[in-house]
Amino acid sequence: MTEKQRIRLWSFSMIVGFFLMWEVLCIVLNVSDLVLPRPSEIIVTLWTKFPILWPHILQTLYSTLVGFSLGVMIGVSLGVLVGTSKVAYAVAYPLLVGFSSIPKVAVVPIFVLWFGSGTTPAILTAMVICVFPIVVNIATGLATTEPDLEDVLKTLGASKSEILWNVGLPRTMPYFFASLKVAITLSFVGAVLSETVASNRGIGNVMMTASSNFQVSLVFAGLIILAVLGVVLYALFSLLERRVTGWATRDTEIAIT
Amino acid sequence: MNISAHPTAPAETVSLPDAQNVVTTRHKAVELQQAAVVFGTGDKAVTALSPTKLILDKGDFVALVGPSGCGKSTILRLVTSLIKPSSGAVLVGGRDASIRHLRMGMAFQNPTMLPWLTIEQNVMMPLKIVKPFKSTFRQDRKGAFRDRVHALLGQVGLRDFAGHFPWQLSGGMLQRANLCRALVHDPDLLLLDEPFGALDQFTREELWQILQDLYLDRKPTVLLVTHDLREAGFLAQRICVMSARPGRIISDEVVPLPQPRAIDTIYTPEFVEMTQNLRALIAQVRQ
Repeated sequence: MTEKQRIRLWSFSMIVGFFLMWEVLCIVLNVSDLVLPRPSEIIVTLWTKFPILWPHILQTLYSTLVGFSLGVMIGVSLGVLVGTSKVAYAVAYPLLVGFSSIPKVAVVPIFVLWFGSGTTPAILTAMVICVFPIVVNIATGLATTEPDLEDVLKTLGASKSEILWNVGLPRTMPYFFASLKVAITLSFVGAVLSETVASNRGIGNVMMTASSNFQVSLVFAGLIILAVLGVVLYALFSLLERRVTGWATRDTEIAIT
Repeated sequence: MNISAHPTAPAETVSLPDAQNVVTTRHKAVELQQAAVVFGTGDKAVTALSPTKLILDKGDFVALVGPSGCGKSTILRLVTSLIKPSSGAVLVGGRDASIRHLRMGMAFQNPTMLPWLTIEQNVMMPLKIVKPFKSTFRQDRKGAFRDRVHALLGQVGLRDFAGHFPWQLSGGMLQRANLCRALVHDPDLLLLDEPFGALDQFTREELWQILQDLYLDRKPTVLLVTHDLREAGFLAQRICVMSARPGRIISDEVVPLPQPRAIDTIYTPEFVEMTQNLRALIAQVRQ
């Protein structure tokens, strides 16, 4: 327990130390506020501007989560298809790889062209950017399921869908959660990206406007908000992951029922 | 020959409704009609099983022994329809093996417990998949099915481990759970693929007796693949010996000992002579 506390303490002092260092270096080297504002200034901006920032935070969170949810649905369905059918694998994989290699910045203007600026392109960008890692992980998890485990159900006369539900998908959960953690952070990138390019709401837009007005500390406040949101969502999925896939890490806390 | 008393019966047995067997007496439980298995084609073709004839009557306990790689497991995979015969036919309960109208239970050489489920959930899995249990699985999994699983786990000494995950159990315990999973849905046909292979002698003998009790209790048709001649002799009513690859059955003998058999039986001169004869036969076909 003390070991655990010590690690926590170290991790906490690392974070505090980082910001302290930043503060001290800015003062010592006399860095201009226009280049790099001090953390204390950023915090003050964050505090005073929070009522104005709040709707934008909600907007970004909304676009991200809706896009992410759609992305997960599409990613899981595609992943199941690609992972269970050899034909689908052969047909869809090259297309998927090709699609995922396109820089998503390049897709935003197309979405804007189709749907106008605003929330829709932000949701769509958040969606397309997170589909690929989910598809790949689900497909890999399903394709690498031990035949022995499937044989257990096959000898019982289980149907294909019963095997998928009882063996394939549970077996794939660790892969799925690994991809979710990547996907949720990517979704943030997608939503903010689209907001900076074509929207009048959201943290991305706030940062864009602030930088053109030389409100540098507000730009950094936006960054901090994004970082905090990202960490919170990541932590949420980690928590969920531990509960669902504790068997894979042989977590003893889940075992005693 | 001195057959000592039936080992103490388990304190509790799972009570089961009278099995409504679909099999009529006209049909054999298992019939391999010149079934052969060839993997690959052309020059690369490997014959895993030469045309083989094997018949199991309902309630038979047959052991298949033979050198490694002779196609013993192939026969089990044919019967469970995990693979199809390249030629010939495999009938289960008088119909093609791929039509499942018999309840089958299979224990593989590895325990193959699903790692994300507790032992209880693993053992309960057949009840979720196999008719007629699956239709009432939702209602019964916390009630009747749970009791059934617990009673079965109790019989093999795993009652306290129902809530544990597979990785928390030893190899021997997993094999017991494996046996429970093969039996929980009261199968008409039980297929065992070297289920006690990786165990020490004492655990193995203990499980032989448990299996014998469970068999005599319910009388399913059993096909046991093993390389342990004493195991075959102790448990089976008939022993089929297979030749080296490509395998075929070269001897099919009845074990002349009444059941139940006590574990001491395997040290009697008659038993030792029988296993030595089998051993000589297998040594011969290995050449």
